[in-house]
Amino acid sequence: MDYSQFLYMHDEISLIAVIVILFLADLFLCGDRKSGTVSKALSLLPVGLLALQTAYIASALLCPCGDGMSEAFGGMYQNTPVMTLVKVVLNVGTIIVFLMADSWMKRPENQIKVGEFYMLTLSTLLGMYYMISSGHFLMFFIGLELASIPMTALIAYTKNNQESAEAAAKYILTALFSSGLLLYGISLVYGTCGTMYFDELAAKFSPADTLQLAALVLFISGIGFKISLVPFHLWTADTYQGAPTTVTGYLSVISKGAAAFVLFTILVKVFQPMVEQWNTIMLWIIIFSITVANLFAVRQNNIKRFMAFSAISQAGYLVLGVMGGTAQGMTSLVYYLFVYMVANLGVFLIINVTEQNSGKINISDYNGFYQSNPKLSFIMTLCLFSLAGIPPFAGFFSKFFIFMAAFNAGFPVLVFIALVNTVISLYYYLLIVKAMYIVKNDAPIAPFRSDCYTKTAIAVCALGVVLGGIVSCIYGYIDTLSYGL
Amino acid sequence: MEYTILILLLPFLSFLFLGLAGKWLSHRASGMIGTAVLAVITILSYCTAYEYFTADRCADGAYATLVPYNMTWLPLGNLNFDLGILLDPISVMMLIVITTVSFMVHIYSFGYMKGERGFQRYYAFLSLFTMSMLGLVVATNIFQMYLFWELVGVSSYLLIGFYYTLPAAVAASKKAFIVTRFADLGFLIGILIFGYYTGSFSFDFVNNLQMADGTTPFIPCAIDKAVAAGGFIIPTALTLMFIGGAGKSAMFPLHIWLPDAMEGPTPVSALIHAATMVVAGVYQVARLFPLWVTYAQDWMPVIIWVGVFTAFYAASVACAQSDIKRVLAFSTISQIAFMMVALGVCTEITTGHEHEGSIGYMASMFHLFTHAMFKACLFLGAGCIIHAVHSNEMEAMGGLRKYLPVTHVTFLISCLAISGIPFFSGFSSKDEIITACMAYNPAVGYIMTAIAAMTAFYMFRLYYGIFWGTENRKLHEEHTPHEESIMTMPLVVLSIITVGVGVYTTLAGFGMFEGYSFGSLISADGHDYRIHFDTSVASLSTVIAICSILLATYIFKGETQPVADKMYAAAPRLHCWAYKRFYMDEVYQFITHRIIFAHVSRPIAWFDRHVIDGFFNFLAWGTHALSFNIRTLQSGRVQQYALVFLIGVLILILMIL
Repeated sequence: MDYSQFLYMHDEISLIAVIVILFLADLFLCGDRKSGTVSKALSLLPVGLLALQTAYIASALLCPCGDGMSEAFGGMYQNTPVMTLVKVVLNVGTIIVFLMADSWMKRPENQIKVGEFYMLTLSTLLGMYYMISSGHFLMFFIGLELASIPMTALIAYTKNNQESAEAAAKYILTALFSSGLLLYGISLVYGTCGTMYFDELAAKFSPADTLQLAALVLFISGIGFKISLVPFHLWTADTYQGAPTTVTGYLSVISKGAAAFVLFTILVKVFQPMVEQWNTIMLWIIIFSITVANLFAVRQNNIKRFMAFSAISQAGYLVLGVMGGTAQGMTSLVYYLFVYMVANLGVFLIINVTEQNSGKINISDYNGFYQSNPKLSFIMTLCLFSLAGIPPFAGFFSKFFIFMAAFNAGFPVLVFIALVNTVISLYYYLLIVKAMYIVKNDAPIAPFRSDCYTKTAIAVCALGVVLGGIVSCIYGYIDTLSYGL
Repeated sequence: MEYTILILLLPFLSFLFLGLAGKWLSHRASGMIGTAVLAVITILSYCTAYEYFTADRCADGAYATLVPYNMTWLPLGNLNFDLGILLDPISVMMLIVITTVSFMVHIYSFGYMKGERGFQRYYAFLSLFTMSMLGLVVATNIFQMYLFWELVGVSSYLLIGFYYTLPAAVAASKKAFIVTRFADLGFLIGILIFGYYTGSFSFDFVNNLQMADGTTPFIPCAIDKAVAAGGFIIPTALTLMFIGGAGKSAMFPLHIWLPDAMEGPTPVSALIHAATMVVAGVYQVARLFPLWVTYAQDWMPVIIWVGVFTAFYAASVACAQSDIKRVLAFSTISQIAFMMVALGVCTEITTGHEHEGSIGYMASMFHLFTHAMFKACLFLGAGCIIHAVHSNEMEAMGGLRKYLPVTHVTFLISCLAISGIPFFSGFSSKDEIITACMAYNPAVGYIMTAIAAMTAFYMFRLYYGIFWGTENRKLHEEHTPHEESIMTMPLVVLSIITVGVGVYTTLAGFGMFEGYSFGSLISADGHDYRIHFDTSVASLSTVIAICSILLATYIFKGETQPVADKMYAAAPRLHCWAYKRFYMDEVYQFITHRIIFAHVSRPIAWFDRHVIDGFFNFLAWGTHALSFNIRTLQSGRVQQYALVFLIGVLILILMIL
């Protein structure tokens, strides 16, 4: 066997190396007796290693060799520059989540399981890598499971907390159910085509075959569960509310983004002959996702539950890029993912740091937040404005491009419905802004100082929100990569 | 010439730095930073100009149009928004004008604004303004121009309202912003029409047009298409854009904001409302000039007559004002109208001695240049006077020549320049404008000559009112007026430029030098154009200017002014009307309040409150009701979740089968 093929997987292998190093460090360095400097160095280790690995895989983007397309193991594994770019984006998001997690990890009750948090998170990330780079349905399925199962453990991380356990139970049960359906769909694919390689499938699909159409729906439902699209979204609110805030942040951005990207690539690459069918399906799913989530978001008081519905509706906007499967759609999807990531993580960073310092997670608790914590509420406002799509923040540009992509792909009605929903979403995002700035409160959340990790992460997010749109070369850069899909 | 990008970046960085970190800086340090940055970009602009004008020309002898920097900011498929830098003779000239005046104002403000609250904020805004104005003149496309145009509007708003505790300043800044913004609506619609029909915002074809000699190989077919779609499209777009330009350049009837804008600090008036921002409209017309000449020749009388009327109106109002800054403001309006008229009377694009139709373009740009220098000097001089006597009114002044000798001399030089006396810069440029007008239509030429005479009259009325006449002893006993060297230094520099340019161009105009003159740098098509005075025009305007000055001397120089009093008594109504600016503000008040607010806004407001709000309230109510009713979907029971999941899958399968 030609082992050099493994070298094509350098993105994944470097991540595995990071996981192994962290595992060993956790085993041998983190005894009970630790001096202050060692513990400080250790808390920097995951972030530092991941940053190094990000730099490593990003370096491949800077000096592309050949056409950038690589294939290993007979097409089971595939990688293109735009896939690498998505992995880099996911990595950046994970780094921000790690920075967010630091103060939480330092709590005494978490001291004995710090290593697990990093390893589980990176394992899900590895699963997403494989999902993105898969060239075969089994590979895809394994990646999906690798991304799901450690996630359950993460959601149940504070295992003595009843809510956390409940959230994990709901997640794993729904995940199993959707995996079952997905596997059923894959078996239909294999049964009708006799192969599971993506490259070969496109030629064997035909829109007339009922079983294959069923497989298409089952595939979309399986991955729709990961992106939490309506009607596969019902677990989202309960899980987001119960999971530790850091994990919720991770769940709402990273795993969702990876799944949305994979949905795009597989629909375009594999289900190409059924393009009309999946356009119809996605059309309705998007309309329902955006609208239903907005309707629910209006009523929430728990801010994490609120963000869950916001995330469902944002997912609807994100997969707008899938419509028609154009190169422009791909560019705007990746761009939307990046912009959504910085804004959403910015909000979660502030929710998290507030929860860590005051224990409050209701929107009404944020009344008068501006009086006590003006800087945080200002940045929160920027991020919410970006999520709502108000110019000149990055969210406006990302929405603009994704609407334009859907419009050019021939779905003006869909774009119109999405636009109307943008107005509704503006309403509920502004509810939080109103709570922070306008509603008077005699006892607002006491002023607190956030730790320097959180500060760094918040600064990165704020910068991304402000500059992500105006610095147009980001979009242009993605566009050059996604040109050939 | 990639370094030109620094000319835009440095003031922007200085704005950010002073705006964000200004709180922790001393007044002195922040002023030094702002001024140092300005010094650097002034030097860079001069280097650019030197390099540009000495570089190799195109094969046909015209100056090349360079785009040293360009990036696509928003890619929108076939229509892109670009940001870049375009260098051609007029943009390079504007770089010089803006950086020079801005640099002088930066130095001057050290003295004028000393000890003011918000000194750092002041310098931050000055940097922002300079950056926006420079971005406007080097724009490579109409959209970029519009972007910086609005930025200029914003920074002007911020600077006029600098004393935000004074209600008058706040009102003036709002007025300036709203009036120019209203005019900009026309600009925006014009841009959109233009972009929609031609598929491009770029100025490229404009400049290519300049080089095309008779044939039109460079004109993109898109323009032909727009022309074919109806001959009126390009003229309509251009006229709408002209409305925007008229707003910024304070053309009648959109001039009402400029006199009020004098509430801002005086150096700001010098920079923004005399030398740079207000000429943006003229610059815009000049930039789009090839389009005007080629496609909208029939519509150009609009520019001419708006200009002529504005020039006359502003000059007559200026004769009656008592606030020295307002006199200067109206004189600015009048002088800018001169530049507009000069562009309007230009009927062809090829230059040369035999083509008189194209003098206007050169004359307009030339007057822009000379006017910027001497008007900045006048405003800064007015600032010195106000600084010395703490009042804007002419009654508080009189006999100041003893106390403010440097201001006196420089003010006199600038007054002579604006009046059009030979050997001062205004003479050469104004003379070219009048020559161009005469060539177009002698009637326009004579009207402009008369307005030039009025200019000389009201400027010397101002001059005698300030520096001669009765001394206001009561005021001067409290504190003796004095001047500061940091404030007089810019005056000296600007008046040296005025005299130097004046002497050189006057001699060149009479044929003394065969070297460079303004016309060989800037002309309608980039070819050499040697200025030669038309003797009859030059002598007529000089004689008339001197007569007006003598008349003003006769009436206003003395300690008492019997003639002036008699004139006021003879026509009290006329004086009162002119003093009240012919009630233009009241007309606006009447139109906006009595007509628009009462008969248009109120019904619309009712409609908005009851029908539109009602619809949205209904939408909100419906959203809430719906969301209340579907809440059972989110029950918390996993088995139900799975059921919904499965039903969803089945419905989707049935849907596509």
